[in-house]
Amino acid sequence: MSTTTATHDDHAHEPTGLIRWLTTTNHKDIGTLYLVFSLAMFFVGGAMAMVIRAELFQPGLQWVDPGFFNQMTTMHALVMIFGGVMPAFVGLANWMVPLMIGAPDMALPRLNNWSFWILPFAFALLLTPLVLGLFGIGGGAPAGGWTMYPPLVLQTGNAFPFLIFAVHLMGISSVLGAINIIVTIMNMRAPGMTLLKMPLFVWTWLITAYLLILVMPVLAGAVTMLLTDKYFGTSFFLAAGGGDPVMFQHIFWFFGHPEVYIMILPAFGIVSQIIPTFARKPLFGYDSMVYATASIAFLSFIVWAHHMFTVGMPLAGQLFFMLATMLIAVPTGVKVFNWVATMWKGAMTFETPMLFAIAFVFLFTIGGFSGLMLAIVPADLQYHDSYFVVAHFHYVLVPGAVFGIMAGVYYWLPKWTGHMYNEKLGKLHFWLSAIFVNVTFFPQHFVGLAGMPRRIPDYATQFADFNAISSIGSFVFGLAQLIFLYVIWSCARGGKKAEAQVWEGAEGLEWTVPSPAPHHTFDVPPVVR
Amino acid sequence: MTGKPGNNALVGKLVLLTIGMFGFGYLLVPIYDVFCEITGLGGRTGDQATAVAMQPDLDRLVTIEFIASVNQGAPWDFRPTVSHMQVHPGQMYRTSFFAQNQSDEFLVGHAVPSVAPGQAARYLQKTECFCFNQQDFNARESKDMPVVFFLDPEIPEHVDTVTLSYTFFARDRLAAAGQDASITTK
Repeated sequence: MSTTTATHDDHAHEPTGLIRWLTTTNHKDIGTLYLVFSLAMFFVGGAMAMVIRAELFQPGLQWVDPGFFNQMTTMHALVMIFGGVMPAFVGLANWMVPLMIGAPDMALPRLNNWSFWILPFAFALLLTPLVLGLFGIGGGAPAGGWTMYPPLVLQTGNAFPFLIFAVHLMGISSVLGAINIIVTIMNMRAPGMTLLKMPLFVWTWLITAYLLILVMPVLAGAVTMLLTDKYFGTSFFLAAGGGDPVMFQHIFWFFGHPEVYIMILPAFGIVSQIIPTFARKPLFGYDSMVYATASIAFLSFIVWAHHMFTVGMPLAGQLFFMLATMLIAVPTGVKVFNWVATMWKGAMTFETPMLFAIAFVFLFTIGGFSGLMLAIVPADLQYHDSYFVVAHFHYVLVPGAVFGIMAGVYYWLPKWTGHMYNEKLGKLHFWLSAIFVNVTFFPQHFVGLAGMPRRIPDYATQFADFNAISSIGSFVFGLAQLIFLYVIWSCARGGKKAEAQVWEGAEGLEWTVPSPAPHHTFDVPPVVR
Repeated sequence: MTGKPGNNALVGKLVLLTIGMFGFGYLLVPIYDVFCEITGLGGRTGDQATAVAMQPDLDRLVTIEFIASVNQGAPWDFRPTVSHMQVHPGQMYRTSFFAQNQSDEFLVGHAVPSVAPGQAARYLQKTECFCFNQQDFNARESKDMPVVFFLDPEIPEHVDTVTLSYTFFARDRLAAAGQDASITTK
């Protein structure tokens, strides 16, 4: 995929071919590597989702045995979270943060190379047991759920250490990337680019990077405890030795809830870049957007136990976590209203990035509302571990995080490749995705409320119709992503020449450099007034 | 680019923060234990209690239910000798649990207690319990194992039923790892 950065300038002194990509320290190259990797993982994780939906198309067992089904749900989550969404955001940060703040590159280019190249090894490790299992070697992939709750996860066979060390590597990669992004933003802004003049994508990434540094090590600690419990005789989570399996859930969700915001804050940033461009108005309430992002990040640390209301918690604990969770709706609401106010009376046009951004605002809000329902303790006791939860988090992650990424890719693709993408196909991709993401996930609310549990390969026949609809929706949604792949591929190959100012209403330093962005930009820092 | 003076200092701070957060993950373990100890959350019943003379509350009756289960199909028959008792808070009671090793091998077991509702956990005090020690079983051996307990009269008014459950764990894996001495009963 070297074609995605069709640069023709002064890097003749650098190696070419595979060695160029292995040794590159250029932020644009590494950004491309991250994005291509995440696109590949998006299709790997998507294929797993197709297996899940094919099995759930009808009640009964048709295609796969329940053990393999559990492997699919576990691996789908791990691949999409750590391989699809997170590297896509890091790739966008690599490409765009230096361009947006007027820096010549990331602050720590060699570290940058390293943090990317850890990832393919991490996923090779994670996927090895699955691939071997498909050839009948070993017991297959981990199947205890991506949340890795003991004691179940400790019964994972030989795939267990693969899972643990893959999570370690992903964590190291994320933390190195986060350190790099913070140092870049703090130390390498162009003269005059004060913190409160930074584009919102840069702001959201600065806060996300701090979240990563604060919680990824806690996850690393939790999985290390699992490892020593299984192999080295410790009893952190084993009741027999005086440990407590519920403690794992507390430690895991102390990581897990901020992780949710790690996957959505950069999308907030992308949407905050795109909506002003196509509404041709400055972002409404810039300062409040920054403060709202920071508030969400802070609150994310004090709500973790809402993932585990059913483990048995005193009333005071339930009330605290319920109210703290609901409090997050306030800064999130500030953001949604600011986006809507930005569009209000704007001279709007509806190019593909804008369509994805508007769908993001609309559909993410639906996911937010079902989250509020789940925050209500007495309601959660009913909804817990049902398909309602599946519908909720897919609404915030697919038309939330993933649509945010797609909006960003369409928005900046002409800047990366120097060509305009095919707008007709882009719009077709958007409409198929937007319609069928709802066909897929909306019925899951209904089956969840009616009592269908998650993580099961078979279900009562009363849920058959909605599951069939959901499966059909997912197949069309999956096929529509092939259009996305084709649009990116053809845009990298050629197309209408893009100007420096790709979008008429766009503001920011990234639009002052030519399209495609040359290999080296801002060798002389621009001055921001 | 790496030569920029501010970079090393900031990278150093961020690396320290990362290491600190890794440590914090482990620190959550004792924090969790202390928190559960203080609040009685997680059904923890505390260590061996000492008997103190106290006035039994003869006006009040609380039902105590006993539950026994075996972890992950370990080869024990394990059950309470009585399923429930009516007790007065402040008075000492004695009951027992029956366990039989159903295998032909020597086994080491260890029972872990839990009390529901969690609010009642710290009011159920055991002065003698088979859960304080590991239990050795010869092949096919069976025994009655005693529990002596009382309910603290301070137990909240609205609690009328307390469930004391024991899960029996095979200790062979832990025994092999030489962990016996370090294990305390919570």
